[in-house]
Amino acid sequence: MRLIKVSETINFMKLRTVMMVLSAVLLIGSVASLAVNSLNWGLDFTGGTLIEVGYDKPANLSQIRTTLNETDFEDAVVQNFGSSEAVLIRIAPREGVKSAQIGNQVVSALRSTGDNVEMRRIEFVGPNVGEELTEQGGLAMLVALLCILVYVAMRFEWRFALGSVSALAHDVLLTLGLFSILQIEFDLTVLAAVLAVIGYSLNDTIVVCDRIRENFRKIRKGEPNEIVNISLTQTLNRTIITSLTTVLVLLALFYKGGALIHGFATALLFGVIIGTYSSIYVASSVALALGISKEDLMPPQVEKEGADLDPMP
Amino acid sequence: MLNKNSVWKVLLAVLIVAMCALYALPNLYGEDNAVQISAGRNATVTESMLSQVRETLDSNEIDTKRIEFEDGQILVRLKDSEAQLKARENLERALGDDYVVAMNLAADTPQWLEDLGASPMKLGLDLRGGVHFLMEVDMSEAIAKSLEDAESDFRTALREENLRYRAVNVRDGHVDIKFRDEETLESAQFFLRNRNRDLLFTEQDNLVLRAAFSEDKLKEIRDYAVKQNITILRNRVNQLGVAEPLIQKQGADRIVVQLPGVQDTARAKEILNATATLEFRLLDREHDVRDAINGRVPPGTQLINDKNGQPQLLEKQVMLTGNHIIDANNSVDEYGIPQVNISLDSEGGNKMSRGTRGNIGNPMATVFIEYKATGEKTEEGKLKFEKHEEVISVATIQAQLGSSFRITGLDSPKEARDLALLLRAGALIAPIQIVEERTVGPSLGAENIELGMQAIIYGLIAVLAFMLIYYKAFGIVANIALASNLVMIVGIMSMIPGATLTLPGMAGIVLTVGMAVDANVLIFERIREELRDGRSPQQAIHQGYDSAFSTIMDANITTFIAALILFAVGTGPIKGFSITLMIGIATSMFTAILLTRVIVNAVWGGRRVKKLAI
Repeated sequence: MRLIKVSETINFMKLRTVMMVLSAVLLIGSVASLAVNSLNWGLDFTGGTLIEVGYDKPANLSQIRTTLNETDFEDAVVQNFGSSEAVLIRIAPREGVKSAQIGNQVVSALRSTGDNVEMRRIEFVGPNVGEELTEQGGLAMLVALLCILVYVAMRFEWRFALGSVSALAHDVLLTLGLFSILQIEFDLTVLAAVLAVIGYSLNDTIVVCDRIRENFRKIRKGEPNEIVNISLTQTLNRTIITSLTTVLVLLALFYKGGALIHGFATALLFGVIIGTYSSIYVASSVALALGISKEDLMPPQVEKEGADLDPMP
Repeated sequence: MLNKNSVWKVLLAVLIVAMCALYALPNLYGEDNAVQISAGRNATVTESMLSQVRETLDSNEIDTKRIEFEDGQILVRLKDSEAQLKARENLERALGDDYVVAMNLAADTPQWLEDLGASPMKLGLDLRGGVHFLMEVDMSEAIAKSLEDAESDFRTALREENLRYRAVNVRDGHVDIKFRDEETLESAQFFLRNRNRDLLFTEQDNLVLRAAFSEDKLKEIRDYAVKQNITILRNRVNQLGVAEPLIQKQGADRIVVQLPGVQDTARAKEILNATATLEFRLLDREHDVRDAINGRVPPGTQLINDKNGQPQLLEKQVMLTGNHIIDANNSVDEYGIPQVNISLDSEGGNKMSRGTRGNIGNPMATVFIEYKATGEKTEEGKLKFEKHEEVISVATIQAQLGSSFRITGLDSPKEARDLALLLRAGALIAPIQIVEERTVGPSLGAENIELGMQAIIYGLIAVLAFMLIYYKAFGIVANIALASNLVMIVGIMSMIPGATLTLPGMAGIVLTVGMAVDANVLIFERIREELRDGRSPQQAIHQGYDSAFSTIMDANITTFIAALILFAVGTGPIKGFSITLMIGIATSMFTAILLTRVIVNAVWGGRRVKKLAI
C-alpha cells in the first residue's frame, strides 16, 4: 500500500513565492495579534491563586460567584473545567494578603454552603516566580535555536542552518499566534508543547535537508530548484506518514487526555501540521533564496559522506 | 550473503530489551495502602515493636496484608484505604507521641524484583496528589545577621586591643566604625584587616572605617543560609510524618519542598513556616531601664519587651544563638514547674561557658525571635519581613553553664512543649517565604494517571494498526519495535533514581509513540525506493538501512540537543517533559535501527527472497 503514488517529480517550488507570501501574512498576523492581544498567560506566568473543586452534582456557577463575593473574592473568575461538576476558580495576585492561604479560605467558604465540595487542586504562584519563568522559557527557546543553528551549520551548511532555524522560528511564532488569537490559556504545559514543536519540526526539516544534500551530490545535472523538488517528492511519503501517526496519537491525547492537557495537545496538533508545512516550504525556500548550490554541498576531497558517523549495519 | 546477524548483535539487542522489561515490571504490580511507623526524637523503632503493632491491629479487627520492618521503620500494608485510616488512628493512640505514624502508598513489588533493585517509576505530585512548595530564603536578612555578628565582634575585639572607637554601626550592608583620631583608625584598620580576611575595609571621611563583605563571603553566606534552611526544613518535615518528602535547593535562593500524599496544607505550612529562633543575652544592669524607655538607649544595648509587655534592657551582644541547639525537650522540675532542657553542640557549649563564666549571679534573658511577613514589598518585589522579638524568660545564672542547661520561667506545659518542638526543629538562619504552592487532590492525581494511560493506549492502537496496514510484514516488525520502545522508556524511567513521571512527562511519552515510528518509516521508505529502482530484496534492505542511517542520526541528535537544553534551563513540568523526550529519542533510535535490523535479518536475511511484503 502506498499513501500517495508519485510517478513524477512534483514541482513544489513553483508555489514557492505564493507560499512565502502566505507564510509572511500568517507571521505578520501572529505578531500583530501577539502585540495587540498578547497571550492569555496562565497562572504559572501571572501569579495568583487557582483552585479546582469538584461537586457531586453539576455546579451552580452563579451561586459560587455569590458565595465568593461575600467572602471578599470579588475578583474571582469562576468557570467550568472539563465537565459541569468541576469548577475552576482564579484569583489574581493581591497585595498584602497572605496569598498562600487564599486556597484554603475559598474551599472552606464553598463548603460552608452545605455542598459536597472536593478539593481537586490548589495552585498558588507568587508574581516574581512567573516573571522569572517567562524569562527562562524565552531564554530556553533562544538557546535551543542557537545550538541547533550551530550544529546544523557544522554538519550541513550555513544556508541550511538558517533555513531550518527560520522554519523553527516560523512554527513557534505561528503557534504562539494561534494561542493569542484564540486566547487559549498559555501555561507551562503549553510552553513544553511549543518546545516539543521545535523538536518535531526540527526532525522533519533535517530529514528534508539531508535528502537535498544527498541529491545535490548524487545528481550530476540539474538546477537547485529541480533538485529540491526531487528531494521533497522523495521524502513526501515519509513526511506525511510520520505526521499522520503523530497526529493520531495527539488526537488521542486531545480527546482522552483530560482538560489539564488540552492546551498541550492543541499546541502540538497545530505545531505538527505547521511544522510539516514549514519543512517543505520555509526551510528549503530559505536555503534556495540564500543561493544554495552544488558546489556548497560537495564533500571535501578527503572526507566521505557520513564518514564521521559509522553507519550501523 | 547480505543481511546476516552477528551473534553479539542479537545478544546485545535481546539483552538490552530484556533488562529494560525486567526493570519495567514493578510498575505492573500497583501499590498497597500502607501505614508507616517511624521514630520520633526520643525513641527508636525496633523489630520487637512488630508484635505490639500486630496486637494493636488485631484487637481492633483490622486486616493486614503484611507487616514489615526495614531501615528502622515499620510498614503495615493494608487491604484498603478504610483499613488504612483505622489503622493509623489506632496505632497513633497505642504508640503515643514518640512515634510518627504516616499514611503511605507502598509499592507492591515482589521480593525477588526488589532484590534486583527494581522499583516502580516515581510519580510526580500531579499524578499521585500532595503538596509542592517553592520557598524563597530572605537573603537580606541572612546578610544583615552576619553584619550584626561582625559588628559585635568588632566591639569586643577593639575593646580587648584597647583601641578606642566612638561608635560601631551597621548601615546599608556594611559596618561603619567611627574613631576619634587618625592614629587609632590606622592601627585599628591594620589590626582588623589581619583579623578578618574575608572583609573589605575602606577609609571614609570623618575618621570612619567601613567594613563590607567580599563577593566570595557574600556567596558563602547565601549558600550557607540555603543549606541551613534545608536541614531545618528536613527536620520539620520529619515532624509531619510524610512518607517520601523531597527537599531540594533550586536556583540561588530557593528551596523546593514536596510532600506526597499530604492534603492538609494549612498544617504543613504552619510547621514549615515557623521561622523562629532563640537568642541568649545578658541583661544590662549598668544603665537604668527607665532612661532607655524615655529614649536614651545606651549604645550597645537594646530594649525588648517581655511577655507581659514590660521592656527589658539587654546587651546587644548575643551570647548564643539557637543555631547551636542540637536537642531540646520539655519536662517539669521537682515543683511541677515546666522547663525546657537544652543540649548544645560543642561550639555552642564553649560559647555558653565563656559567656557565663564571668557572669555568675547576673541575669540572662532568653529572647524568642520570630519573622513575620508584613505584606509589604521591597523595591525588587520581594516580601518584607518584620522581626518580632520577645523576652520569654529572665533567669539568674547560677553557675557556669556548659553544653546542657535548662530554661525555666515558662507559663504552661503547653508553652514548654511548643518551645521545645521549635528548638528541636532548629532555627532558620534566615526567614523563608512560600512563593509557589501547588496542591493536587488524590482523586485528581488518580484521574490524571487514568486519562494519560488511556491516551497512550488509544494512540498506540491507532499507530500499531496504521503501521500494520501500511507496511504489512515490515509493519509487524515496526510494531514490535514500538512496543519494545514503550517498555524500554518505562524501564529506564524506573531505573534512573532522579526521574519522576509527571503529566507532561506522560504527554512526552505519547508524543514519542507518535514520533518513534519515524525512523522506521524513513528506513522502510528507502527500502521501497530501492525496490522501485530495481534492486533485489536483500540489496534493498541493506541499502535502505544504510542510507537512512545518517538522516536518522542527524534528525535525532538535533532534537536531542533541543531536549537537553530544555532539561538544563527548564524547571518542573518542562524538566519532566524533557526527560521523557530524551529517553524516548535514545530508545527509539535503538529499537528502530538495531532491534528491527536484528528481526529483519532473522526473518528475511541470508536466504533467497523473491518479494518483500512492504
